[in-house]
Order: sequence, then C-alpha cells, then structure tokens
Amino acid sequence: MTDRLESREKVTGEARYAVEYPVEGVAYAAAVQATVGRGEITSVGTEEALRLPGVLAVLSCENAPELRESGDAELALFQSRTVSYRGQFVAAVVAETLDTAREAARLVRVEYASEPPDVELRADHPGLYKPEKVNPVFPSDTAQGDADEAFAKSAVRVEATYTTPAEHNNPMEPHATLAQWHDDGTLTLYDSNQGASGVQKTIAGVLGLEPSQVRVVSPHVGGGFGSKGAPRPNVLVAALGARATGRPVKFAVPRQQMFATTGYRTPTIQRIRLGADEDGHLDAITHEVVEQTSVLQEFGEQTAVPTRMMYKAPHRRTSHRLVRLNVPTPSWMRAPGETPGMFALESAMDELAVAAGIDPIELRVRNDTGHEPESGLPFSSRNLVACLREGAARFGWAARDPRPGVRRMGRKLLGTGVASSTYPAYMRPSEATARAEPDGTFTVRVAAADIGTGARTALTLIAAEALKVELGRVRVEVGDSRFPKAPVAGGSMGTSSWGAAVVRACEGLRGKLNGSVPPEGLEASADTTDELKGRDRYARHAFGAQFADVEVDADTGEVRVRRMLGIFAAGRIVNPKTARSQLIGGMTMGIGMALHEESVMDAEFGDFLNRDLAQYHVPACADVRDIEADWVEESDPHLNPMGTKGIGEIGIVGAAAAIANAVHHATGVRVRDLPITPPRLLPRL
Amino acid sequence: MDSEATPVKAEITLRVNGAEHRLDVDTRASLLDVLREDLGLTGSKKGCDHGQCGACTILVGGRRVNACLALAVAHDGAEIVTVEGLAEDGRLSPVQEAFIEHDGFQCGYCTPGQLCSATGMLDEAERGWPSAASEDLRVDPVLDDDEIRERMSGNLCRCGAYMGIVAAVREAAARREAAEA
Repeated sequence: MTDRLESREKVTGEARYAVEYPVEGVAYAAAVQATVGRGEITSVGTEEALRLPGVLAVLSCENAPELRESGDAELALFQSRTVSYRGQFVAAVVAETLDTAREAARLVRVEYASEPPDVELRADHPGLYKPEKVNPVFPSDTAQGDADEAFAKSAVRVEATYTTPAEHNNPMEPHATLAQWHDDGTLTLYDSNQGASGVQKTIAGVLGLEPSQVRVVSPHVGGGFGSKGAPRPNVLVAALGARATGRPVKFAVPRQQMFATTGYRTPTIQRIRLGADEDGHLDAITHEVVEQTSVLQEFGEQTAVPTRMMYKAPHRRTSHRLVRLNVPTPSWMRAPGETPGMFALESAMDELAVAAGIDPIELRVRNDTGHEPESGLPFSSRNLVACLREGAARFGWAARDPRPGVRRMGRKLLGTGVASSTYPAYMRPSEATARAEPDGTFTVRVAAADIGTGARTALTLIAAEALKVELGRVRVEVGDSRFPKAPVAGGSMGTSSWGAAVVRACEGLRGKLNGSVPPEGLEASADTTDELKGRDRYARHAFGAQFADVEVDADTGEVRVRRMLGIFAAGRIVNPKTARSQLIGGMTMGIGMALHEESVMDAEFGDFLNRDLAQYHVPACADVRDIEADWVEESDPHLNPMGTKGIGEIGIVGAAAAIANAVHHATGVRVRDLPITPPRLLPRL
Repeated sequence: MDSEATPVKAEITLRVNGAEHRLDVDTRASLLDVLREDLGLTGSKKGCDHGQCGACTILVGGRRVNACLALAVAHDGAEIVTVEGLAEDGRLSPVQEAFIEHDGFQCGYCTPGQLCSATGMLDEAERGWPSAASEDLRVDPVLDDDEIRERMSGNLCRCGAYMGIVAAVREAAARREAAEA
C-alpha cells in the first residue's frame, strides 16, 4: 500500500507538465482548423494576421518546410493542399503572447474548393472493405467450423445488432508541447505523451533528424488513455513554429480542437449471433463488426478480437469491415477492441441467459474454457470463473430475482447486471539501467511514462525488491528519451515490459556489486528483447467480472449507477493502492461509456458537433456513488519476473455491458445502442 | 481593425499566496494565463479554458473561482490563493494530506483544482451555504457523501479518482470539525 511517490509534487503544484517548463523568450502557437470537410486549399491569406503587432509567423501548406513520411499521414502537417476532414489543422500562427496568437489565428483567411464530405458510418456503406489487419496485427476475419449452419440448428438463439458511438479520450491535460531548438541543430520537446522513446523516434524521422538529435522530456503527463500513445500534429505545430521563429514555442491544443486532432474511438456497428443448446452451451458465435477509418490513414479497431478467445464454441466466425470517411483518423482509446467488443458480446450473453432461462453467471461458467478457442493454446492462467464466483458472493448475487422490471422503489426501477471482462497480457522488449551510487542509494532509469498509472511507484517497488533493499534507497527516473529505450504506456503492458527490464538490470547490478561502490558508481543495463523471444507459447490474458446495481427513473428515463463491483484476475498486483485506483478509474470511464459519452458527427459538414466538456459529458463526481475494485490472488509462472498481467485497461472492459444488463433487469428494456440516455430509454419504459 | 486588435494593457496589482505582484496585463488575458505565463505559477491547470472542467480552480477572496473565466484586468487588488499557497511553511494542508492518503488523484492534472475547490467548499459548507443536494435549506448542511459529490462536481477527473476524492474530502471535513470542537 505505497503512496504515489510523486504525491507531494502533485498536491503542491510543483509537478511540471509539458508546457510548464520555464524557458527564455518563449512564444505561443495557435492553430487554424479546416472549415470544410473535404476539398483543396486554394489560398491562405496571412496579411491581416501578420499585420497584428506581436505576430511572428504564419505557417501553412504555402510555406511549411518539407517533412519526411512517417507512416502516420496525420503527421504530414501542412504538406498538402488537400483537406481530408473538417477540423484538420491547415495553418498555425506563432506570436509573442497566447492572446495575440489566438486573435491572429482567427484572422488567417483560408479559402477552399470544397466538395460534400462523406462522414456517416453505415452498415450498408458502399465503401466498406476488408482491411489486411486490425490493430495492431490481428487478422481481420477468422472462422472455425460452420457457424451459420450451427447457429441455424441451435436450440436457443440470440441475434442482435449493437452500436457504440464515437468516444473521445479527453485526458485532463490537453496534448501539449513546448519545442526548443538549440544552436547545434538539436531539438528538445517537453511533451505530454505516453512514451518518450516513441515520440523521439517518430518526430526525429518526420524532421529528418537522428533520434539522438531529439530529446523528449515528459516526467509528468496529465492522462492519455491511448490518445497520447503516438505523437499528434501538436508536436509538429510547436516544432515547426519554433524552427520558423527561432524561439521556443508552446502549443497546448485547445479542448475544442482536441476532438478533431488528437484521436478518438471509432463508432461501431456490431452484429452478434449466439447459438446454444438448451443448457446454454454455445455451439455457434458470430461477431461482425463495421467501423470507420479516415481517408488519410487506416486504423481498424480490433473489436471482434475478444470474441475469438472468450468462450468455448466449436463454430465461430468474426470479421471487421472498415469504410474510409472524411473524418479524423480514429485511434486508441482505453482497451481498443475489448471495450466496444465486450459491450456487444457481454450484452448478447445476457440476452442468451434470459432466452435460455439460465443465470447469467452460470451461463458464463458453463462456457468457460482452458484453451484459447481459436489458437488452441493453453491459457497461462484463466480465472474468469473465480472472479465471477467471488464477485457474486460479495455483490450478493445469490438473492437476485432474475425477472426483469419487477423491483420498484418510488419512481425508481431497480436492477442488477453482470458481465465478464478480459484484456491481453502483452509485453514488449524494454531496456533499463540500474546504478549503485556511492552514497548507498540506487538510481534506476527507463524511458517509461507515468501518465497517472502509478508506474513510477510500481517500478520503484519492483526495483527495491530485485535489489533487496528498502524502498527509500531506490530512485526510479522515467519520462525522458535520454533514458534507456522503453515501449509505450499502452496495451496495459507498461509495468510488465519496463518492470522486466528493471528486474534484469537490478539483478545484473547485484551480480557486479562486491562490497563497496566505487566513487563513480556502478551500473548495469538490461535489454529484454532476447528474453521475450524465448518465451513459451501460452495464451496470456487477464480476466474479470463486473457487477452493476442501477436505478432507472421511470418518469425521466435517467439511469444512475448505485453501486459497482469489479473483481479481477490480473496476475500479481504490485501496488494495491494505485492498482485499485486504476481499476476503479477504468470502471468510472465505463459508466461514462454506458450512460454519457457520445461524440456526434455533423452529418452535413463533418467534424464532431459536441466539442467541449460541457457537451461531451465525462463522468463527474456526482455520477460515481460507490465503486469497489478488488482481485483474486493469481500466481502465473508464464508471464515475467514479476508475475504481472497489466491493469490499465481491464477496468473499463465489460463495465458498460454490466450496466446495460442491469438496466434491462431493472426495466425489461434492452438498450443495444450506447449511451443509455433518457431519449433512448424513456420512450420504451 | 489594427487599433482594435492591438493589445490594450492595464496595470493591476494581484496578491497571490501572500506576495504582491504589480503587473501590466493584456486586457484580454485570463487570470489563469497571467498566473501561469506571467507569474510562472503553473500549479493552476488549463484543462478546457471554458469553465467546464475546474482544473484551473483558485481561491479569490477565499471563494473558489474558475481562473480561466476570470479576466485578470477585472481583478485588480484581488487576494488570490493557488495550489502553491495551500501548504504553510512546507506543511501540507489537511486537504492535501487527505488526498495523498486516499489516492484522490492519478495523473495529477485536475488535482490543484480539486484541492482548491475542496478547500473553498469546506468554507462554504461551514458558512451554511446549501447545495442542490441539501434537503433542508433552513438548516446548516451536513457534509455527507451526496453533499460532497454534488459540491465537487465542478471539478472533472478523467482518471476517475472520485472515490478517493470523496473519501479525502470527507476526512478533511471531519478533521476540520474535530479541530474546531
């Protein structure tokens, strides 16, 4: 139960975030967004803007330096006259002050030859295609047996279409960069991101520099939830602005501009069919997903992927179809794939339980499996049933009357629901160094990111254990590309990936330590690349069970979550205090997904209509009454030296389904389209 | 056009965390930008710049205010406390301590606003101000969890630390009450 090690800095305001570093002579950037959804820029009028006192430069496709291709077309900032979506950055102003920059950005006159944009995702869109792969490298389609025939023959069948809307990560700290060029041609980026090594490599590539010429500094990051997993155009606005003016330049993306320029979760249309025998044993599962990507860049969310490994069934088919629209490129948002996919699958499982007259927990237990269905690999550990059983006992599930719509307390209809949860236990190679200092302390360095996960604290605990010294003698430094190269804080793999390298470096150091430490200190480094290549073949996943207790106002259709319980099996939990917070945080975002969050595309002009935190409602304090998260003990020898699986994302997976299932139990109404807002629910009550 | 857009400056005085600052501010500048960019007090955060997230919450004359919605020029002579001024002589305030103990934050970006908001809110409750959650407007409110959640709902936390935040505020309120008893 260790407090976050940077707690004091965070409660006193000392913790510095990206654009908070004091630099001499700083200037400010403001960006101009495309006002058409598709077209060509015919001219960029900068005269008025440049006449404003204090304006230093205006950058656009008419004068921006040539950038190298990076594989991410969103980073080809100002490289073309083509507008791919409304809201795309088309120009930027650099000025002496923020107010002047903003005013000047308003005065930049961009003219377009525009065409009607194609922005609406539909299941019958003629442009639907099968991508080569979905994020990151899963096959688009899979099939086992004959799912259609098996479904047709099944005694109990569920066939339904579920939709989830576009959702925005909305970390509290906007995407923000302070760029400073030095006389020797090197660049320092104080940047808000989920991985300094990745930003260094990508941005160096785009600017035609060696990675060693770019330093990325990000010790504190105000959240990311996937949206800061790769650099966004804001980094280049700052870097190009700084190069054009010879000044350090700050650019924090205004909240309203984040909706178009910093990523979001694709909307999904998911058709699911479950066929089972009378006892609820699944015989056929199909999961067909339709989602969007942009005309600029392909991103296919792996929405049907959890359906490939969740339950036993001899006949199964999954598919993903994408359509390229004039929309911003969708990207990672907390548990991409699992989050929308498990909403659909776990809602369908609830429908199957109702159709078969079987308790929803019992149904899931009956369809549990010891081998990953599609690959045939054994699970390194799979404690889904233990989570369901433990959760059921603690939630008071046994007393539940399964009949929907029969519990009323005044105006409130009451109900409870359950859903399974899962997330893969990924790992990627990482490097780390461990140093013994002559004063008896230890310094461990890794270019990890602490985006609020508690990574700094967890790695310090891991290092202290590996060094066999007390916590107070170990200092872990993260968030700087000068530190040993590390993978992104994403895919719930940070602690496992960085931690393994930290353990190996510490073990190496212990091997070298031989009595006294020399005055210059003693250092050992590690790289886990080879170690990861040699791992045995197992299906490695974390599991969980989510329970929700809701009340629905019969007069207004408003849904409130009275209580949530999540029980997870995620290997060893390194620091219970921060782990619990992270799981609860994921479940809280799940409440948002279930009840509040929806980014509405402007069907005529493109871009999202609701572009701020008043119109895009993320859960507020009053939306969260009682959330408890806990875990079952799980010892898994097939993971990594710590025995960890990762906990950053699993908290959101299944949360929305548990709430939707509880709403059904409360009201008898099955809402298959998120979020469950009064306009969707009230007419059916 | 030019003359309209040329920055108009005004001289003001702000007392921030006990220190007086004489400033020549752009009349368009928000208190938040002046604190962060002119005074280097970056503890107050900019999350939305529209008064929707509360990350910029500071205390002006003891009352909580969204600094992003306050024009600096309108606050000549104001007495301001930011997150940097909550601790006294390096000793954390009860609210700050309780936030650490209950892990009332993760990324820390909303935290300065939460702390200032909680500090101001405890004063409001003590003065008997009701909230939308108060059942009886004639009696002094009791800061139960519903009251705390209602009164803290102007401060968004995307990491979802509300359980810890409510527990922290509950504890800080109890400690305050005990200290006064």
